[in-house]
Amino acid sequence: MGDTVLSVKDLVVDIPTRKGVLRPVDRVSFDINEGEVLGVVGESGAGKSMTGNAIIGLLDPPAHIASGEILLKGSPIQNLEKKEMQKIRGFEIGMVFQDPLTSLNPLIPIGEQLSETIRKHLPVDKKTADKRALAALDEVGIPAAASRINNYPHQFSGGMRQRVVIALALCAEPSLVIADEPTTALDVSVQAQIISLLKQLCRERGTAVMLITHDMGVIAEASNRVAVMYAGRLAELGSVEKVLTTPEQPYTQGLMASTPLASEGKKRLNQIPGAMPTLGALPSGCAFHPRCEFAYDKCRVDPYPTLSDCNGRAACWLVTENSEKR
Amino acid sequence: MLAFSIRRIFQAIVVLAVVGLVAFSMFRFVGDPIDNMLGQERTDADIVRLRTQLGLDLPFPIQYLKFLQGAAQGNFGVSYRQGRPVADIIVERAPATLELAAVSVIFAIVGGIVFGIFTAIQRDGFIANAIMTSSLIGVSLPTFLIGILLIYLFAVELSWLPSFGRGEVVKIGWWSTGFLTVSGLKAIILPSITLGLYQMTLIMRLVRSEMLEVLRQDYIRFAFARGLSDRSIHFKHALKNTLVPVITVTGLQIGAIIAFAIITETVFQWPGVGLLFINAIQFVDIPVMATYLLLVSVMFVVINLVVDLLYYAVDPRLRSDGAVKAGHQ
Amino acid sequence: MSGLKRFWQSDLMWSFRHSPVAIISLLVTVLLIFTAICAPLLAPHNPFDPATLNLMNGFSRPMEPNQFTNEVFLMGTDDQGRDMYSTIMYGMRVSLFVGFMAVLFSMTLGVVLGLLAGYLGGWVDIIIMRIADIQLTFPSILVAMLIFGIAKGFTPIEMREQMAIWVLILAIGLSDWVKFARVVRGATLVEKAKEYIQAAKLIDRKPIAIMLSHILPNVLNPVLVIATISLALAIIAEATLSFLGVGAPPTQPSLGTLIRIGQDYLFSGEWWILFFPAVTLLALALSVNLLGDWLRDALNPRLR
Repeated sequence: MGDTVLSVKDLVVDIPTRKGVLRPVDRVSFDINEGEVLGVVGESGAGKSMTGNAIIGLLDPPAHIASGEILLKGSPIQNLEKKEMQKIRGFEIGMVFQDPLTSLNPLIPIGEQLSETIRKHLPVDKKTADKRALAALDEVGIPAAASRINNYPHQFSGGMRQRVVIALALCAEPSLVIADEPTTALDVSVQAQIISLLKQLCRERGTAVMLITHDMGVIAEASNRVAVMYAGRLAELGSVEKVLTTPEQPYTQGLMASTPLASEGKKRLNQIPGAMPTLGALPSGCAFHPRCEFAYDKCRVDPYPTLSDCNGRAACWLVTENSEKR
Repeated sequence: MLAFSIRRIFQAIVVLAVVGLVAFSMFRFVGDPIDNMLGQERTDADIVRLRTQLGLDLPFPIQYLKFLQGAAQGNFGVSYRQGRPVADIIVERAPATLELAAVSVIFAIVGGIVFGIFTAIQRDGFIANAIMTSSLIGVSLPTFLIGILLIYLFAVELSWLPSFGRGEVVKIGWWSTGFLTVSGLKAIILPSITLGLYQMTLIMRLVRSEMLEVLRQDYIRFAFARGLSDRSIHFKHALKNTLVPVITVTGLQIGAIIAFAIITETVFQWPGVGLLFINAIQFVDIPVMATYLLLVSVMFVVINLVVDLLYYAVDPRLRSDGAVKAGHQ
Repeated sequence: MSGLKRFWQSDLMWSFRHSPVAIISLLVTVLLIFTAICAPLLAPHNPFDPATLNLMNGFSRPMEPNQFTNEVFLMGTDDQGRDMYSTIMYGMRVSLFVGFMAVLFSMTLGVVLGLLAGYLGGWVDIIIMRIADIQLTFPSILVAMLIFGIAKGFTPIEMREQMAIWVLILAIGLSDWVKFARVVRGATLVEKAKEYIQAAKLIDRKPIAIMLSHILPNVLNPVLVIATISLALAIIAEATLSFLGVGAPPTQPSLGTLIRIGQDYLFSGEWWILFFPAVTLLALALSVNLLGDWLRDALNPRLR
């Protein structure tokens, strides 16, 4: 693995509302290295997408970054001017959204959408940009790309459209791609193709990937490391083998036990009792304690731990206790 | 596409046939045409002769067909009030109305789109809010009051602009235009603002709400995520999608402008077809009323057709049905 | 008593109490309607009784004593010495009467046709909705003018003055039924498919009874909203037609007629003859319109 491309430090996102401040992302820290795929998993509402949007600077007001740092190749980008951020979006950080059916402008031919993105970021003329657009379509495996470059999005199937979206995200050769649930809206048969395409393209270019998903199968398939989020906080962060096979944080453990993938051979899937708390009604202490079978007083009372408060891998007092006992 | 066009054209013909029937029935049944055409001193022989001459003794459907045939050839009968062929009167007055309507339409569309985009982008800005609030009052204001208000301000108080008429006109063939003289240009300002203001407000509010809706779409978010500039996103990506629904309403507004010209022409004593129509109603001049109805319907139907076809031109999703399946994996 | 209390605490009233615009609009509307109804009792003069008119009072400025008679008129007088304040009260009566009657007419027509089209379906539906479509192609003010012209043609010349108000109501009412019909038809189609209607059919209830007792109550809210907005439009339509000289006759002037007359005095400086009727019309149209807007949002936020 190469240099650190993205480094997120103690990121906090706040949404002020009439009933008080909601905190969808709370002291989240992680790094992604060149050519590495970091999977971010969690239930919907756990703050995965919000983290991704914060990194690329597309939080919908009134949501905003309250504190923390986002370093792109070592320089902070969380407070950049609008114009500066525009230069980074698409050029340094590409993004792939969930639904390819709605991500493409229906009234503009796909070739033009690619070409305008290329021209925005690279000092090339229209002709070269068009040529590069064609090459980009070829690369993502659009058959007979030359004849389809002037087609409109509705003339492509869902899977093909997601390929176009990936081409758009990668056409200016960004060093980081944030893929927000890139396969959720697709047919199961197409999902694997899209994931392997994304993985292959990024490996070739050394692009770092932040792969946001709730699908453990996709994580196991594509990522090098995994970050597990729960109620806006990082629960666990580690290599994919370790997190999937020997999870340390009780929530992750529960998650793995409830996933068919990890429990092969077992007769029944486990389930975690209860549901993730909503942002407006977070319990004191560790947000997972009401559902945690190991919870004790410290979990309920003490301010919840971050990864660095514990062993750097799991955010849980138990982990610290265990290591102390050892 | 072909099937769609044929269906639309068929619908248009049905509308025109129904309107033609209404217009014909007006001729035939509102008041007695014989009464209207012959004076007090008439003989039974005169009546019979005129009856045959006008074809009133023929069966109803045949009369109707003859009427349509005449109308298609520009024969609309004779005005009861002026005693001249209606077609002549209309031709004489059409340029005034068409010029007024054209300027108003341009004003309404350009103003509506510009203000609509502005108020959508500057969503919570002070000026945008002020424009939105005043537009709400503008929508509730009757057109003729706006006209009177403008006359009071610019003609009475400031005496910058004339309060009535077309100013000097220049004849080009049978067309009389006010665009070529200073007084003609000055004269068209107030009437066209009066006529276009309501439609401008409507278009503005529509553009605004459509634009806000479009700006919420994923592809706009994706465009931001690709680092495109605000300008390109607002004016290229969002505007194009905004215009699709706006076109329909705008097209219908053009029809409305032609109808509302009646009011504006009355306020400003603008010598157009609308003023002619109002006078015709006051004096129950049926041939003029019926002709106006026919002409306006033809115009509306044509506008509606054009709007539908434009819709096709703007939205590629409607254009190509065949190519959709070709892209499947 | 408890029913009143429940009404006061309902969602509708909650929304009303929290909308200053709605409260002011309702106050203005009620005040104007009250003034119009009680005009004969409240008006200081009867503008249509020649005996009370004094030509010497002509063109009195508002709130200033007349130079000949020393009489003071709140809103001045017109060329005939008619008190504008009283004239406007009577004019508003005509405007509101035409407005209410026209809406009542178009509402009844629209609801009945909408119910029939939706419930019976088939060719009844096709014919009614085609007519509606064709009518919708034309702006309603144009339709109203045309109907006014035709109806006038049918009225004997000596009856035209007297009948003008009713012709006006017919014209405005006929030009505006489509909105009601469309909404009612849509709601009827939805309700018709529901099981309780099927059940009612099974126990052999007559179609009319089903329409009245089951379907009609479901469409009351949207009909009420459309009726309120239609009232504002009808008042404006009446004023427009009268302004154009194809509406209320000079013997029964409405606000529009008064504005038409007042426009002649715009250049000679007698601004009040135009100004007060115009402001009254504005206040009336605007407050009813805003009330309709509020009602629409309060009854169905999704309609927006």
